[in-house]
Amino acid sequence: MVENRPWLTVLSHAVLLAGVALIAFPLYITFVASTLTHQEILQVPMPLVPGGHLWENYSQVLTAGSHAGAAAPVGRMMLNSLVMALAIALGKIAISIIASFAIVYFRFPLRNFFFWMIFVTLMLPVEVRIIPTFKVVSDLGMLNSYVGLTLPLIASATATFLFRQFFLTVPDELAEAARIDGAGPMRFFRDVVLPLSKTSMAALFVIQFIYGWNQYLWPLLITTQESMYTAVIGIKRMITGGDALTEWNLVMATAMLALLPPAAVVVLMQRWFVKGLVETEK
Amino acid sequence: MEKRVVFRSAWLPYALLAPQIAVTLVFFFWPAAQAGWYSFQLQDAFGLRAEFVGLSNFAALFRDANYLHSFQVTALFSALVAAVSGIAIALLLAVMADRVVRGALAYKTLLIWPYAVAPAVAGVLWAFLFAPSVGIVTYALRQAGYDWNWVLRGEQAMLLVVIASAWKQVSYNFLFFLAGLQSIPRSLIEAAAIDGAGPARRFWTVVFPLLSPTTFFLLVVNVVYAFFDTFGVIDATTQGGPAGSTQILVYKVYYDGVKAADLGGSSAQSVVLMLIVIALTVVQFRFVERKVQY
Repeated sequence: MVENRPWLTVLSHAVLLAGVALIAFPLYITFVASTLTHQEILQVPMPLVPGGHLWENYSQVLTAGSHAGAAAPVGRMMLNSLVMALAIALGKIAISIIASFAIVYFRFPLRNFFFWMIFVTLMLPVEVRIIPTFKVVSDLGMLNSYVGLTLPLIASATATFLFRQFFLTVPDELAEAARIDGAGPMRFFRDVVLPLSKTSMAALFVIQFIYGWNQYLWPLLITTQESMYTAVIGIKRMITGGDALTEWNLVMATAMLALLPPAAVVVLMQRWFVKGLVETEK
Repeated sequence: MEKRVVFRSAWLPYALLAPQIAVTLVFFFWPAAQAGWYSFQLQDAFGLRAEFVGLSNFAALFRDANYLHSFQVTALFSALVAAVSGIAIALLLAVMADRVVRGALAYKTLLIWPYAVAPAVAGVLWAFLFAPSVGIVTYALRQAGYDWNWVLRGEQAMLLVVIASAWKQVSYNFLFFLAGLQSIPRSLIEAAAIDGAGPARRFWTVVFPLLSPTTFFLLVVNVVYAFFDTFGVIDATTQGGPAGSTQILVYKVYYDGVKAADLGGSSAQSVVLMLIVIALTVVQFRFVERKVQY
């Protein structure tokens, strides 16, 4: 700080506290609603302190789902979300790290062509090619399967870039030393490149885990069986339309369950999260 | 930049690239090419026959008042999301967080977690707060004499999706502004202070101009976010309604293609969207190159 201005420090804290409160307000109301009964929520205004039905609501949605809307257990959906998030995050890291290793450490015909091919995928988000991608996946018989949920989302230009940037900063002497010692490219990859890339992998993992867990449009299109819904889709299916009919206590319990795992990843792996966020955008 | 030391192998690099390239070909290029192809075709209602109609899908699109309206809605929506969350709130919070010493990490943690919330979940959270009959905020507004019902009123529905989208995005912008602020050399700010500039003056004449690359970058990113990633917010809350007042372009592609089964029209819209993404990506990358120099 350049100079001591007590009133400005007080103001800063006040603004930050107001910001934190504003950001947390919907979460708090969601939590409170998830501990009430349906009847208590329908009494306008609903109570602003948690009620006593936390266990009841959460075990209801985890094992059986809602009464009126989708009646699929959210426990199963959480498992689907977890499989999807893990497969996408790990898959993206795996295929991107070997692709950028090839691009950085080899000279071969069409190298730049392949690099640009991967780059261009940045410009083709799922949202702009919904129907044809759906058709491809349906022709391949991948609807309602984990492969269909994850494989089409697994290509990653950002991850390939990130690893490429990182490999370019690895000193040439290491590759040279490895070659003099008689190590082949895959040996060099396994014993030198992989251990050095740990931080980048952790950073990417956090970002891509959240990306995978929060997917919405794609699972909405290709899952028609309740047993393949992800948690985020499950919430949507529980809202039956009509304020009074929707069992908000159960919807809100599901919302809490759907947002806790990625939020926990962000908070617990904050250092890698920030690193990953800032670096993938370069 | 290129490596001086490389390995030699006739087949290994291709094998290493194969998985990535295979996925991009099957799930990116092939569908994108098909979207382009369908956009020149007209299909009958059962999808049995298709005839080549040239640019008439596009012509029909730009004659369609709904589509042009969707353009306006998207422009308004992304401008509001980018301006509210991208600049105003996030910058204010970042400047304040940059000042405080005590509790800095706690504030940061408490401000960044919404990044982890799925857009659809964010939509559901806010839709509940603003629900016409049971919402707690609706109740407060009604007590204050303001009649709130986003299910019927277009401008209120727009406000709801903007709030839900901006709420989720503030954390992202906050992190980038904070990083930008922390990379500004202290000496510049100290020099300004010695010359007698107060905190407000220092912010507008020194800090804000130096942050302009970050600001511009975030504007582009936020527009992209508002264009594409907010699909979940819209679908979980207003579903484009009432009367198309929150129907952004991406939602219309989905609605026309999946719900209304208009393959040609939806594909033509996809092609228009692809052109928009390409334009945005070019802007973003040209800017990133310039950012290095400042």
